[in-house]
Amino acid sequence: MIGTVPKRIKEIRFGLISPKEYRKMSVTRVITADTYDDDGFPIEMGLMDPKMGVIDPGLRCKTCGGRAGECPGHFGHVELIAPVVHVGFAKLIRKILRATCKDCSALLLDSTQKKEYLEQIRMLRTIGQPIEDITNEVFKEARKPKTCQYCSAQQLDIKVEKPSTYVEKDGTHEHKLMPSDIRARFEKITDDDIEVMGMDPSVARPEWTIMTVLPVPPVTMRPSITLESGQRSEDDLTHKLVDIIRINQRFQENREAGAPQLIIEDLWELLQYHVTTFIDNAVSGVPPARHRSGRPLKTLSQRLKGKEGRFRGSLSGKRVNFSARTVISPDPNLSISEVGVPLTMAMELSIPVNVTKRNIEEVREYIKRGPDNHPGANYVIRDDNRRLKVTDKNCEELAETLEIGWKVDRQLKNGDVILFNRQPSLHRMSIMAHEVKVLPHKTFRLNPAVCPPYNADFDGDEMNMHVLQTEEARAEAKMLIHVQENILSPRFGGPIIGGIHDHISGMYMLTKGENRLDKNDFLEMLRKSRISQIIEPEGTQDGKPYWTGKQVFSQILPDGLNMTYKALLCENCATCKKEDCNRDAYVTIRDGQLLSGTIDEKAVGAFKGLILDRIVKDYTPPVALQFIDDMTRLAIRSIMHFGFSFGINDEDIPEEASAQISELLEDAEARVMDLIIAFNEGNLEPLPGRTVAETLELRIMQELGKARDSTGDIAGNYLGLDNAAVIMAVSGARGSMLNLTQMAGCVGQQAVRGERIRRGYAGRTLSNFNHGDLGAGAHGFVKSSYKKGLSPTEYFFHAIGGREGLVDTAVRTSQSGYLQRRLVNALQDLEVQYDGTVRDTRGMVVQFKYGEDGVDPMKSDYSKPQTIRRIIEDVTGKEVE
Amino acid sequence: MKNMKDFSLLNNDLVPQHILMPENEVNKVLKEHYLDKEQLPKIKITDPVTLEIGAEVGDVVKIIRKSPTAGEAVIFRLVIE
Ligand SMILES: [Mg+2]
Ligand SMILES: [Zn+2]
Ligand SMILES: [Zn+2]
Ligand SMILES: [Zn+2]
Repeated sequence: MIGTVPKRIKEIRFGLISPKEYRKMSVTRVITADTYDDDGFPIEMGLMDPKMGVIDPGLRCKTCGGRAGECPGHFGHVELIAPVVHVGFAKLIRKILRATCKDCSALLLDSTQKKEYLEQIRMLRTIGQPIEDITNEVFKEARKPKTCQYCSAQQLDIKVEKPSTYVEKDGTHEHKLMPSDIRARFEKITDDDIEVMGMDPSVARPEWTIMTVLPVPPVTMRPSITLESGQRSEDDLTHKLVDIIRINQRFQENREAGAPQLIIEDLWELLQYHVTTFIDNAVSGVPPARHRSGRPLKTLSQRLKGKEGRFRGSLSGKRVNFSARTVISPDPNLSISEVGVPLTMAMELSIPVNVTKRNIEEVREYIKRGPDNHPGANYVIRDDNRRLKVTDKNCEELAETLEIGWKVDRQLKNGDVILFNRQPSLHRMSIMAHEVKVLPHKTFRLNPAVCPPYNADFDGDEMNMHVLQTEEARAEAKMLIHVQENILSPRFGGPIIGGIHDHISGMYMLTKGENRLDKNDFLEMLRKSRISQIIEPEGTQDGKPYWTGKQVFSQILPDGLNMTYKALLCENCATCKKEDCNRDAYVTIRDGQLLSGTIDEKAVGAFKGLILDRIVKDYTPPVALQFIDDMTRLAIRSIMHFGFSFGINDEDIPEEASAQISELLEDAEARVMDLIIAFNEGNLEPLPGRTVAETLELRIMQELGKARDSTGDIAGNYLGLDNAAVIMAVSGARGSMLNLTQMAGCVGQQAVRGERIRRGYAGRTLSNFNHGDLGAGAHGFVKSSYKKGLSPTEYFFHAIGGREGLVDTAVRTSQSGYLQRRLVNALQDLEVQYDGTVRDTRGMVVQFKYGEDGVDPMKSDYSKPQTIRRIIEDVTGKEVE
Repeated sequence: MKNMKDFSLLNNDLVPQHILMPENEVNKVLKEHYLDKEQLPKIKITDPVTLEIGAEVGDVVKIIRKSPTAGEAVIFRLVIE
């Protein structure tokens, strides 16, 4: 291999290509529209001239000597008999025609004006600013004069027909400008005038927008396909070039024969049509050129434009082999590092295996099984690089002839490392390495605990899988992006993989208080965990031994773990009663035994799980992975043991509670009325920095907010800590006390932009209220609960408030998405070097120490300096404030 | 204020410490990080602080500033036109 020196692009300059340059870069002139002769060889100076590159294997390029695949292809050219307009520049041509004199081609501006514009343009160019504003003004001003300032010629109106026909109007007389006329005019424009029009005369002369030479793209970019019948089928571009060359020839013959002007003009227009559609087959006003079958041809523009075009389809995004996509569904019995792959996929996807002395017998077994008997083999690649398909007919024979040095495409099987991905891939945990577990049915299966990093749920989400093809790739994936290496998020330095929903509820119910479990239940709980011995029971009840929920949980904790913290359900009492907390919120773990406290979201949840966090940081990734697997399985066992359900009647509260709530709300409304009266009488004391009206609004909102919260407290008290919704809210599994308040107590104030609802009719929100009514009900306070149901006016206000919520989540996500994209684009090439500096691709220093402190955020304690404190606590065994 | 010369930018709390580095110290830093001078972050000669400390184009300024993560961070900048 030849080493190449990397080159740096200093600048990119765009311009037009002159006919001279077209001829210079051409390797041959194309004069005949024929492609291949009767023997199937490309014709010289034809459209498939081997000087323009080769596509047939075996032939060599006559320009560079390369074989098919090596030769990049070379341009040819066609000499057009008459010039034609390049459609891409139709608008520019119109602008220039209107801005220049019809006789002397001068730009129709005074010389002082020109000088001024030129100065401005040059200034903007040096500071790298766009010059469009100036040039637009130039064209606008130069259109105005009726006579030329330089030769006094009368200027005529220029009308444009279709995309590229220009007609000069002299009173009632119309004169069509042929491309040759236009070209002649443009040739006379001075370099200075061109620069005032915003173009650089050294690389873009206006007359080069009118083509006299047509470049013929290399054969390699318009290869012909040989059909099974042996017939050749040419590329769309070749078809179009054939048309152009045929018309060009006919044009020439007619002109030489002295054909009448009318015929010449017709042919000219036809040539223009073919060249136009060759460049862009979707110009408005031009009927698209069609294939014999009626399908519009795909010409140059169509290859570049749009989603499937070269830029968006081939350069920014490409399709890949060895990948699969389907719907995902949950399977809590899988490990978090596994992924369930449908059998049908596993039989289609393959991994290449080099046959060696050590594995030949194993590989032979795969081949013997054939392609329809998982895990089998799909292809065998012999040492002469011949690829043979394994069928159930030839598999026995192939297995016999298998030799060392061959390669075999083995089907995907259990334990293979693959990459798993969910779009939008916003952070690095959006792609992680999993191990395959081949399963029946048609969906990918994954443990719900890995949903948070992918941000996946199972309402129809689809995910992609990529099968790694080399040992290096597999080793790298396993060490760097395997699930167990990504339990911690570099975003906030805590676990991003962990318990969700039922895992939290299950752990909470198991460990809250003292759950007594008999031997059967104890063993049942730990059945799915890898626990090999029964520990001493906590005590005996009715002559039978019993174990506690805390003991069960302790079984899956690693030995030597010590922790002390307050659980999520801690009420932050003024003086903490610690181990004797009446909510059992003070968690103490000593040597892997849970002594007190309840396990909730703050212990094992994704994002917050402190125990998880401690285990990943103090032990090894496999230990953490094992813990998460055991924990999620135990939680599911537990929730199934205790039973957990939530229905509409779980929101029921007793009569007395409803009465209390109504009374509370009536009191609040009365207080609001008092405030309004005080306001109307001018007795309301304004808050500092507020008007009286603003003060009133604030005080009302405050009053009603307080009332709503109190209804929640009442409802919460009556529902009790055994209510499923309360369990979910306090354990952090799902929902909040606010959700409960709204369901059982009172929905509360609906707001638009943080204020009470005021829009609607003049002076009132709805026509059933009095003008100027400032009361709670007239401005969007919803007294009812969701359970009770909303009144029509409440429903209407709720819809207003709800709509605002929807609108600004939609706006926020698009805005933050775009912000993220811009940041990623700006920072993606920065790299932390081995010396700790952050540098870009040129080696320029961005930071002398990553983050200025050189700390890996993934390994920091939620980016807080906790380490020292913890070490002291571990060593002394005492709590440090 | 009697005299403009009594005024110093560097006395402002919000202006971090800027120190003009002697040649040998610069070389030490460059060697330590395997750097060319041009790979350093830049500071303009027209920057009020570089003017004040009398730096010239090609000099390296050592900046010691407060950092939310590290407490104090040291940055080196090459003075450019
Ligand atoms: Mg979804
Ligand atoms: Zn070639
Ligand atoms: Zn003129
Ligand atoms: Zn407590």
